[in-house]
Amino acid sequence: MVRRSKYVALAEVLPPFIVGVAMLAVWEAACRVFAVPSYLFPAPSAIAHSIVVDVPGLMRALWSTLRVALIALGLATAIGSLVAFLFVQNKLIERCFFPYAVILQVTPIVAIAPLIIILVKNTQIALIICATIIAIFPIISNTTIGLRSIDAGHQDLFAINHATRWHNLVLLRIPSALPFFFAGLRIASGLSLIGAVVAEFVAGTGGQSAGLAYEILQAGFQLDIPRMFAGLFLITVTGIALFLVMVGFSKLALGRWHDSEMERENG
Amino acid sequence: MTARQLANGSTERTRENDQRKRWNVPSAEQATDRALLQLAGISKRFSNGLVALEGVDLSVGPGEFVTLLGPSGCGKSTLLRVIAGLASPSNGRFDWPQSNHDGDGKPGRSLGFVFQEPTLLPWRTVADNVYLPLQLAGKRKGDVQDRIVEALAQVGLSRFVDAYPRELSGGMKMRVSIARALLTNPHVLLMDEPFAALDEITRTKLNNDLLELFARKHLTVIFVTHSVYESVFLSSRIVVMSARPGRVSAEIAIDVPYPRAEEYRMSPTYNDCCRRVSDALRRAMAETPFVSD
Ligand SMILES: Nc1ncnc2c1ncn2[C@@H]1O[C@H](COP(=O)(O)OP(=O)(O)OP(=O)(O)O)[C@@H](O)[C@H]1O
Ligand SMILES: [Mg+2]
Repeated sequence: MVRRSKYVALAEVLPPFIVGVAMLAVWEAACRVFAVPSYLFPAPSAIAHSIVVDVPGLMRALWSTLRVALIALGLATAIGSLVAFLFVQNKLIERCFFPYAVILQVTPIVAIAPLIIILVKNTQIALIICATIIAIFPIISNTTIGLRSIDAGHQDLFAINHATRWHNLVLLRIPSALPFFFAGLRIASGLSLIGAVVAEFVAGTGGQSAGLAYEILQAGFQLDIPRMFAGLFLITVTGIALFLVMVGFSKLALGRWHDSEMERENG
Repeated sequence: MTARQLANGSTERTRENDQRKRWNVPSAEQATDRALLQLAGISKRFSNGLVALEGVDLSVGPGEFVTLLGPSGCGKSTLLRVIAGLASPSNGRFDWPQSNHDGDGKPGRSLGFVFQEPTLLPWRTVADNVYLPLQLAGKRKGDVQDRIVEALAQVGLSRFVDAYPRELSGGMKMRVSIARALLTNPHVLLMDEPFAALDEITRTKLNNDLLELFARKHLTVIFVTHSVYESVFLSSRIVVMSARPGRVSAEIAIDVPYPRAEEYRMSPTYNDCCRRVSDALRRAMAETPFVSD
């Protein structure tokens, strides 16, 4: 059983890994064979070199961006869940406020980021607000749906046993909502990073707390294309890592009981 | 109990010759007891306009084992839900004369309900699912651990205490659901086709267990089944229902004393009762205006 699941994990990871390596090899070879100058399109080796050359600088920038994204994700989770709870308490509240949540969602963050950055003096806080706004919607909508989709039979079971409102919430509503909540959290984790990066681009502030977006902008001005790619690469890796962490949380919480986390048994 | 020990096996009353309110009629099985539950002219119309029940009169005395029998969709589950207070009737009177229920007519904590679906919480282990009603009643798990283990042993699931519902078969889930309902020591037990998903042998065993429990704990049971044989084996009275709209078509008392054991299944009385009930059921089906689905 254990050996089998290890084998399955390997079989899942190996093919995309091979594809990735092959693509990098083709990319590298093409750059060398056609002698593409690295200020036009850098080879993977050039990108790797530019990362290695300035590890501390890039890491500081990465941490700055990641911090904004994580704080925003935390805020989005807390506020989003709270809003979802309010929504399910009262249909009227939801009817009044849900359209505004949608407006928040469909307004491009690039369009409102300058406004927020002007309005809020502290740039860090402005960045966090931007990233929170973009990350909060999937939490609100998913958690609301989750808190509402309670099996009718389970409701009867709780009713017949005279469950209190509190027990209904803690023992029934919240567990029922968890799979929906975690699906929302996965989406929100990616969005919080996107929000942080976009807001940084708009703010364009350097200094001690300069993030990866600023590094990319600067590298662009200096035509240091490998460094631009290096920044891009780090953002992508961070996004993937964030996503995997959320998947881990979800596995931890839903583990043995939810279908989405179970491996299908076929033969 | 003694009142039921009539020699002639079963007595049948059709609804046509018994239009009077049933609890006013001192019938054989209720001669000494006041009714525990009274339904008068209960109708249920759903919001989509479907009339699931129309003019159902039913009276259940303490210590009775009443079975609702009828074609699929005739409103048995709906009637049980009305009795449990989970659905409100659109018409008719409905009362628990003896229980000290709260103001809105809900009976006290002494009601157990085995739903047609297992309704287990997928995020809880089998033991925690069985524990749920006690938890909702404010009991600590440590104090009732033994009872949980015992209840699961009774339905043959000792090995699955720590399993999750998704790891169980349909029949096993149903047995967990039965254990959960029994653990609260209800006085009135409502069971909606609890054994439908079980194999014949398990079903027979649980039938016997249920009757043993029924006698030992002085339960009142309202039971739903599709099986004529099961109903005759278990019940002191069978209420045959017909569909569209659901109403009581006939009531048949099975006046065979408890305890009932395997010999009863082999006895001519049993066969005789089964035939009567089958006939009544066939008549009820014929009353249905169109073929049931
Ligand atoms: N919530 C509901 N809304 C509308 N109609 C309903 C609802 N619940 C049940 N019904 C209808 O009421 C009728 C009776 O349903 P019910 O579940 O009581 O039947 P039943 O006798 O228990 O059938 P079965 O033996 O198949 O379980 C059916 O025709 C069904 O379509
Ligand atoms: Mg039913």
